[in-house]
Formats: sequence, structure tokens, C-alpha cells
Amino acid sequence: MIRDITIGQYYPVDSVIHRLDPRVKLLGTLLYIVSLFLFDSFAGYLLVALFLGGVILSSKVPIRFIVKGLKAIVFLLLFTVAFNVFFTTGDHVIGKWWIFTLTWEGLRLGAFMGLRIILLILGSSLMTFTTTPKGLTDGLETGLHPLNKIKVPVHEIAMMMSIALRFIPILLEETDKIMKAQTARGADFETGNFIKKAKALIPIFVPLFISAFRRASDLAMAMEARCYSGGANRTKMKPLIYRKRDYIGYGVLVCYIGAFVVLNILVPWF
Amino acid sequence: MSIKLVNVNYIYSPKTAYEKKALTNVSLEIQDGEFIGLIGHTGSGKSTLIQHLNGLMKATSGHIYYNGNDIYAPKYNMRELRSKVGLVFQYPEHQLFETTIIEDVKFGPRNLGLSEEEIEKRAREALLQVGLTPDLWEASPFELSGGQKRRVAIAGVLAMQPEVLVLDEPTAGLDPKGRDEILGEIEKLHKERGITVILVSHSMEDVAEYVDRIIVMNHSKVFADGTPKEVFSKYKELEEIGLAAPQVTYVMHELHDKGIPVDVNATTVAEAKESILAWAKANHYINQTKDKVEV
Repeated sequence: MIRDITIGQYYPVDSVIHRLDPRVKLLGTLLYIVSLFLFDSFAGYLLVALFLGGVILSSKVPIRFIVKGLKAIVFLLLFTVAFNVFFTTGDHVIGKWWIFTLTWEGLRLGAFMGLRIILLILGSSLMTFTTTPKGLTDGLETGLHPLNKIKVPVHEIAMMMSIALRFIPILLEETDKIMKAQTARGADFETGNFIKKAKALIPIFVPLFISAFRRASDLAMAMEARCYSGGANRTKMKPLIYRKRDYIGYGVLVCYIGAFVVLNILVPWF
Repeated sequence: MSIKLVNVNYIYSPKTAYEKKALTNVSLEIQDGEFIGLIGHTGSGKSTLIQHLNGLMKATSGHIYYNGNDIYAPKYNMRELRSKVGLVFQYPEHQLFETTIIEDVKFGPRNLGLSEEEIEKRAREALLQVGLTPDLWEASPFELSGGQKRRVAIAGVLAMQPEVLVLDEPTAGLDPKGRDEILGEIEKLHKERGITVILVSHSMEDVAEYVDRIIVMNHSKVFADGTPKEVFSKYKELEEIGLAAPQVTYVMHELHDKGIPVDVNATTVAEAKESILAWAKANHYINQTKDKVEV
């Protein structure tokens, strides 16, 4: 059950995308997300989908596995789409029931929002599928390094992020285990009204919080025992170095943004 | 009355890079009143296997029958099965959540929809069975020591009065004294209430003394299944899969190889002691009148 949540997981295969420098992937994901919200036409989304499809194909992560991540947001997705479809005001009214108004603009906006969310989740989860949590935080730390000058504790932020990421699968597994243990004691999480369901969560959340605090304190103790004292003067065993493929990666990104800009200026219906 | 597994297979995360076969063609029959030790390395599939017994995990293929009924049949009452097959997970103390010990133990029976008196009665009984005295019952479970917490958790499952009690590594992380106490209490339960007990462990020493049947799992398959004597007689093969017979088995084999006709099938220290003493007495190495020879 819980095991099926794939968002934030790492998928261990060897591919071009996996070997890419995390900084390239971070910047790429950022630009990709920005581009998602700038597009305002179906042709634009076609370009995004093609780009994403290409990256997914070269990442060797099975599409089945990536799409599974969408399961977790089905509710959010349906809610957003429905909200946009029924509550958008527009001139081309198709139908009207009670407080719901179906307009042509609403349909269009709903479809866009749905596409945006799907592409957003797929794109950003591809980032974590292909980058180890360690690579992710390394990339973030080196990428944000200049901010050190204005006294932003970049290393600490990166460390917190890497710990948080590391704990996602652990806590998921723990949740799964506690749920099973309580199910074995006859707990029922499925039936009953809303209040009963909420109450049924207490036997899961209390042990989960306790376990999270216990793990956090164990980890803090272990870090202290190894004389961890933050980022100052820390060196890395494997510092990030740009290679040829990383420059190619940046090149591809520039082409993507270029294509977007050019199409936006030259093609009127875009 | 039994649990019967027929060709049970289980695969984790099928068709992904994480795919892992956890059970391969497992067929077993567990009779009423048996005391079974389930042994295997980390990752051998033993924890997966026991979660199938009460329907927490569904086999990828194969059938499981509880008292002759297929538990995967469409209208099978899974909740009833879970009350009949009590499962105590590894580190069960991590599942405690109530404000007092007795309330936590009541969680299981309350979920069965029993009357308040019956719940109270069962909780008290279960707590006494695991050796927790009434002066502790109103304390918070989080104030207890590790061993005591574990007992509260075991009592929580016992209070459901299961017919089969499955315990996953009940002694993990306990000191030798705590281990002996918990295993002793489990043995007492088995004897007094006649419930079927399945004890999961990776240590032969732990289980050899208590169980009357051992199932060895290795790489998702049943590697050996029989009485402790039968299983330990294959101690060389056990070694190959990284498990070892109890130390006393080795001592007896060494002695036998040195020409001393002792019983190599002794699996407990007590049996070994008797066998060695019998040999010593027969050969007049020790004075017959001095019975108090310690091994």
C-alpha cells in the first residue's frame, strides 16, 4: 500500500540522465517548471511533453513506474480540474446547473491546469528518480554556494534537506509497519464516517511521531559523535566536476528555452 | 484445525528495478498446538511468510487455508482471521500509543467489538500472563524499560485471545535475562493455553530449547522442515547457508569424533549433559553416588 508511493524515490539504473551532474538537472527542472507556467496553448504543451518524453526515454526509468507516482495526487488533480471547469467565468457558456457554470473558457483552463499538474509531477519526480538524495543536496549546495557571501547557511540547508529526503522512505516504511501492526490488532482504517476514520489514525500517528523523534535524536547523537560541526572547512570526497555530457546537457536546455522563445515570438497561435 | 499453505509465491515491487522474490513455492501445514521455530537469515522471507498467515500480505500466487477455508475467497472474514492469528511484529514496543498500559492492551479486544467487561477481563488476564503486575497498569507505556514495553505489546495481541500466536524476533535487542524471561513466558502460554506458537528467529540457540518443529527458510524457499533433531543433524548444510546449529551440537559431534559414544542428536544442554553423564557413569569415570555433576 504505502510502498506504492513513488514520489521522491530513487530508481537505480545506469543512464545518461543518471550520470548527469546534479546541478544541470536542478537547473533543468527549475527551467522546466517555469516553462510549464508560461505556456498558454496546446502546441506549447506538446513541446513540453515531447521534451519530457525524450528525457524519460533516455533516463531508462520505466514509464509505468513514473506514472504510478500520479496515483498519489489523483484527488488533488480531479479537484483542481473540476474547480477550474465549473467555476471559471467566460463568455461562451455551454450549460448551467445550480451554482455550476460550464463555459468554454473553463474547459480550456481545466484542461491546462490538469496538464500542468501532471507534467509538473512527472518532471519533478523524474529529477528524484534519476538523482540520489546525496547528489541532489551536493548539487544544491554547490549551486547555491555564492549565497554564502550574504550569510545564507547553504551547507546547513543542504544538510537538512538531505536528511529530510533520506528519511522519507524510512518513515514511509515505518508507517507501513505500524499500520500493519495495528491492523494485526484488529484496527480498521477503511470503514466508518469521517470522524471515525480520523480517530483511527491516532494509533498510527502517535507511534510514528515517537519513532521520528527517536530516530532524529539517534542521528543527532551519531553526528555529534563524529564531530560534525556544520559546513566550515568541510571537504568532499567526490566534488562535483562538470564533464562533457554536462555541457551537452546545458546545451539541450538552452535549445529547449530557445525553441520556446522563438515559437512564442514567431508563431502567433502559439 | 490448521493453517495450510499451498505453493505460495510473493514478489515485491514486480516489474521494477526493485523486484524481489520473497517467497518461492512455499507449501506448509501448521497443525493445532504446535510450537514452531521459523529460522532464516535477514531477507530469507520469514517475515514475509508470517505476514501471509493473517492476510496482511496477499500472495502473488498460491493459496492459504485456515481451518480448511481459503482466506482469499471473496467473502472471507479477514478481520476474524486477524483475531485468530495474532501477529506480534519485530520491536512491537514501537506500536504502543495509549496513555496507560492497560488502555493500550485493550485496543485489540476493543476492535473485536467485545463488551467493556470482557475487554477489561481479557486485558488484565493478558497483562498477568506476560508477567506485568497490577501496580504498573496505570503507568504510561513510555515510562517502562525496553523489555517491559515489549511485554505490553505482546499482551496487546494476547488480549485478542488468538488461536495461533506468531512472534517475529520477540527477543531482538533484549539482554539474555530478558530473552529467557520472554521465551519462558511464551512457552508457558503454549503449555497452559495450548495455543499454536510460531517463533521467528535467526538464532538456533534461542529456539532449540523450546520448539518441537523447526522450519528453516533460505532465499525465499523452505530449506528444511522437521524436529530440531532432524534439522540439526544437517548442521553442515546449515552452515553453508550461514546458519549454525546450537553450540552443544558441535560439542557432541566433536566428542563423538574423538571416539566417545555420546548422542550426537542432543539439541539442548540438558540432553547433552545427560548423555555425557550416562557415558561417564557406564565407564566409571565418575563416582555413581555423586549425582551433582555440572556440565
